Amino acid sequence: MTTADLATYNFAYLDEQTKRMIRRAILKAIAIPGYQVPFASREMPMPYGWGTGGVQVTAAILGPEDVLKVIDQGADDTTNAVSIRAFFQKVANVAVTTKTREATIIQTRHRIPEEKLTAGQTLVYQVPIPEPLRFLEPRETETRKMHALEEYGLMHVKLYEDIARNGHIATTYAYPVKVEGRYVMDPSPTPKFDNPKMHMSEALQLFGAGREKRIYAVPPHTEVVSLDFEDHPFAVQTFDKPCALCGGEDVYLDEVVLDDRGGRMFVCSDTDHCEERCANGHRGHLAYDKEAAE
Amino acid sequence: MTDTPLLKVRDISKFYGARTGCRNVSFDLWPGEVLAIVGESGSGKTTLLNCLATRLMPTSGAVEYRMRDGQMRDLSRMSEAERRFLMRTDWGFVHQNPADGLRMAVSAGANVGERLMAIGERHYGNIRETAGNWLGRVEISLDRIDDQPRAFSGGMRQRLQIARNLVTAPRLIFMDEPTGGLDVSVQARLLDLLRSLVQDLGLSAIIVTHDLAVARLLSHRMMVMKDGLVIEQGLTDRVLDDPREAYTQLLVSSILQV
Repeated sequence: MTTADLATYNFAYLDEQTKRMIRRAILKAIAIPGYQVPFASREMPMPYGWGTGGVQVTAAILGPEDVLKVIDQGADDTTNAVSIRAFFQKVANVAVTTKTREATIIQTRHRIPEEKLTAGQTLVYQVPIPEPLRFLEPRETETRKMHALEEYGLMHVKLYEDIARNGHIATTYAYPVKVEGRYVMDPSPTPKFDNPKMHMSEALQLFGAGREKRIYAVPPHTEVVSLDFEDHPFAVQTFDKPCALCGGEDVYLDEVVLDDRGGRMFVCSDTDHCEERCANGHRGHLAYDKEAAE
Repeated sequence: MTDTPLLKVRDISKFYGARTGCRNVSFDLWPGEVLAIVGESGSGKTTLLNCLATRLMPTSGAVEYRMRDGQMRDLSRMSEAERRFLMRTDWGFVHQNPADGLRMAVSAGANVGERLMAIGERHYGNIRETAGNWLGRVEISLDRIDDQPRAFSGGMRQRLQIARNLVTAPRLIFMDEPTGGLDVSVQARLLDLLRSLVQDLGLSAIIVTHDLAVARLLSHRMMVMKDGLVIEQGLTDRVLDDPREAYTQLLVSSILQV
């Protein structure tokens, strides 16, 4: 072994024993869809809240042949996405991409790509608080018991409060779902717009919470149902305008403030999806027009 | 009334290490009957109540409960899931301090509706309507349905707690000093309310109290406890008007006459 080898990281940063431990947790999580498996979360070279859980899951499943995509709120070019992508380029030397279709592993913070994921792809979520019952029941011993005994009435108390206060279910992100008719799960702070995409997805979905030391999973072709009331059924957000750049409809839009006089635009939160539509000739009303600029 | 008791208690003892909580308590509770457990503080009343309500595991003895299907079941042999289900459907527990029994951070309507949602009710309109009805029955006006209990007075909180417990039409209610900490006029109204609810719904109840007036007003039968033992039991009027044990005589004679 040369000194040059000694100075490099082990493949994908974590040592092999740690990866093994995380893989065991992942296997258990896949075997029990929606169940939060405790694992010995490690210190990562980034602060808690930046995706330490997701990074550990990705590191444990990453192979040299994988193609990695990292998104932060749907965007490939924001700080969190760029630095995690650079991290894995450095410590694993894997191929990276911004194209959803080309990626085998997609690590995400708060969005599911607009393009339908296919078999063989894995979506890794970064989760801040994995426990859906936490804000109503602070005791961990009690929430575990509630999961074990399937006592999920409390989850509807939260939705009831929403309707009582706002006239409709005002929870727009981290919207609770029931997985395979058994465990109630927090889909991490993704907008509820993305909840239907989790249902019967062909891709494997893994969730890692670094600070809370939990891993959970939704295997492919698993039922994921958003909780609701009979007279207040689950509904996703709708937007009255299409994307200002690509003209896309039925996509999740971000609001961008343009000036201090109330100017604003709505654009796709999924940058890859937007760019691809633009490249295919779709145009929104604020699209950059090359000919006009010349 | 049927010919089998609702609750059958045999030789319940609870020891905290070398100390005695309660010792060798046995009784039957019949459907529709209200039983008061009285005694001074430290006499083991609350320990006994918690043992009966499965909030504490008794050291020895057995408590059997007649389920809705008519079968007698030993509570300590039921699975935890069954026990918890029983506690939130067929039973109620009214705490002395309403904050222990309520969710202070969610609205009154949700507090009452929680049990309904826990047993699978999924229609918001129906839940709200039932909650509204129950608030009316415990004399809380309907415009407070979306207020949190922390905005309620002590008496209102206690009534809300009662409504929250009764919404699933339980058959047995445990009450631990339900009127403790309330002023006299509020106490009187609450007692009035409890008495009519118990009568209308045909509830059985076990009430722990140190206040003999509460026992007189609400209960059919009472047990007097001292140092963990039941020293006297019988019909409420008999025990209060003709106490046999010296301690009971002392207790009765120390009621303030105004």
